[in-house]
Amino acid sequence: MADLRQHAESIHAQFEDTLDVSVEEIEERMETLVDEYKVPAEEARRSIVSSYLDEAGMDRDELGGGGGGNDLVQAADVDEDEQWVDLRVKLVDLWEPRSDAISQVGLLGDESGTIKFVSFTTSELPTLEEGKSYSLGNVVTDEYEGRYSVKLNRTTSIQELDEDIEVGDDSTEVEGALIDVQRGSGLIKRCPEEDCTRVLQNGRCSEHGEVDGEFDLRIKAVLDDGEQVHEVIFDQEATEELTGVELEEAKQMAMDALDTSVVADEMKAEILGLYYRVRGPTFGRYVLADEFERLGPVDAGDALIKARSM
Amino acid sequence: MSGAPTREVARRVFATEFNDAQYTFKESDEERAPVYALLPTGERANRVFVVGTLTETEDVGSDSEYWQGRVVDPSGTFFMYAGQYQPEAASFLREAEPPVYVAVAGKPRTFETDDGEINVSLRPESVTAVDADTRDRWVVETATRTLERIQAVESEEATDDEYVSMAREQYGDEEGTLNLDQYRRAALGALEELDEEESETEAQPPA
Repeated sequence: MADLRQHAESIHAQFEDTLDVSVEEIEERMETLVDEYKVPAEEARRSIVSSYLDEAGMDRDELGGGGGGNDLVQAADVDEDEQWVDLRVKLVDLWEPRSDAISQVGLLGDESGTIKFVSFTTSELPTLEEGKSYSLGNVVTDEYEGRYSVKLNRTTSIQELDEDIEVGDDSTEVEGALIDVQRGSGLIKRCPEEDCTRVLQNGRCSEHGEVDGEFDLRIKAVLDDGEQVHEVIFDQEATEELTGVELEEAKQMAMDALDTSVVADEMKAEILGLYYRVRGPTFGRYVLADEFERLGPVDAGDALIKARSM
Repeated sequence: MSGAPTREVARRVFATEFNDAQYTFKESDEERAPVYALLPTGERANRVFVVGTLTETEDVGSDSEYWQGRVVDPSGTFFMYAGQYQPEAASFLREAEPPVYVAVAGKPRTFETDDGEINVSLRPESVTAVDADTRDRWVVETATRTLERIQAVESEEATDDEYVSMAREQYGDEEGTLNLDQYRRAALGALEELDEEESETEAQPPA
């Protein structure tokens, strides 16, 4: 019964860190329930998992996904340890394994970016080939010093894809005319509580209430190229470089006017209507401006040659 | 893109085409649904971005201030109007000293004159003074986008496009044929003019 073996392997993967139990043992229990007692496989699995949870003193919540029902995630979106996930990726690069325990190690990628993967010899998985695209079911995320990777395991399903998955860079590049500066730009105040950097609204933090905020500069802007709209955030350093207004100067301006909004107004007059190219990582719908440049004139001659050929 | 309504893109269009975009429509019955102007080249525009020369400003209001600004591009003139609900744009126009290059992001608006003609104007969201490089970049960009739209109308897939069909119906002749030559000429003319200027600058010996 291949099905039961698969269930057994996936249960084994869920408990291999906490219990000393073999796949064969689990398979035997599955067989007893399914073949002898005619319990549906899913129900049998549930009952076996329950008994192992008791044995290990664990809650069901602490358990990995095991088989099926995982979220299909993007490589760049992996930001938590020990999650069971599915990926659709291309094998970008294979590295030399440093130990016999590792069968393959390298880099997987999708549109969102890349992530390291490890496949262990004991998992006896088919080897992956560089440049090919795969659908990987049931891999576990791992974290080391803030960097994330995925581990393949015995229960990982590997399916080669016909399509060629395009691999993106983690940072994106957008360009267009800067046609809007959004609210919450200019001179702002942030909550001073540790690990809280929320922007204050009327002197209040939505988490910590009324606090003595710390001044910061920020610009949330819209770049529009006539086809697409991109939202971009400039942090203090980038805002100073973009507008030529520094934090101390901005504070002075606000103090003189008894109003912080003069800072944003001054900045708007400097940058609205100009063209920019911005590079950086994406956070939700925003591109964080790590690097940017102002775009000057384009060659009309080139455009003319192209236009005439249309 | 969770929950937040998608921001409308700002189309690039020369004055000659903008002023012909007299047909406006909504895509939903909701009161605050966006209004679109239908561009003759088969695209809808809820917002446009324009860079040109502000040549004249005038307070045309009777009771309260209502500023008119003329913005000239290689093909013609945009008319923009800013009153009490566009205080920043109104104050820019009040203080501006034409001629000056300006960048305007704004919404197309139409109004019917006493003799039944429909005028298309621009209601600014923002107006700022910019430099000649920005203006030149806009001209090339707008010419390219315009020619791309014309090419799309003339391509075979265009029969399926909602806004191309709408444009044929609203602006086409009896057979639904659109005459887009004037917009093509305007786009090519703008590029030629810029190209000549560039060659002249390059031909001059360094000072």
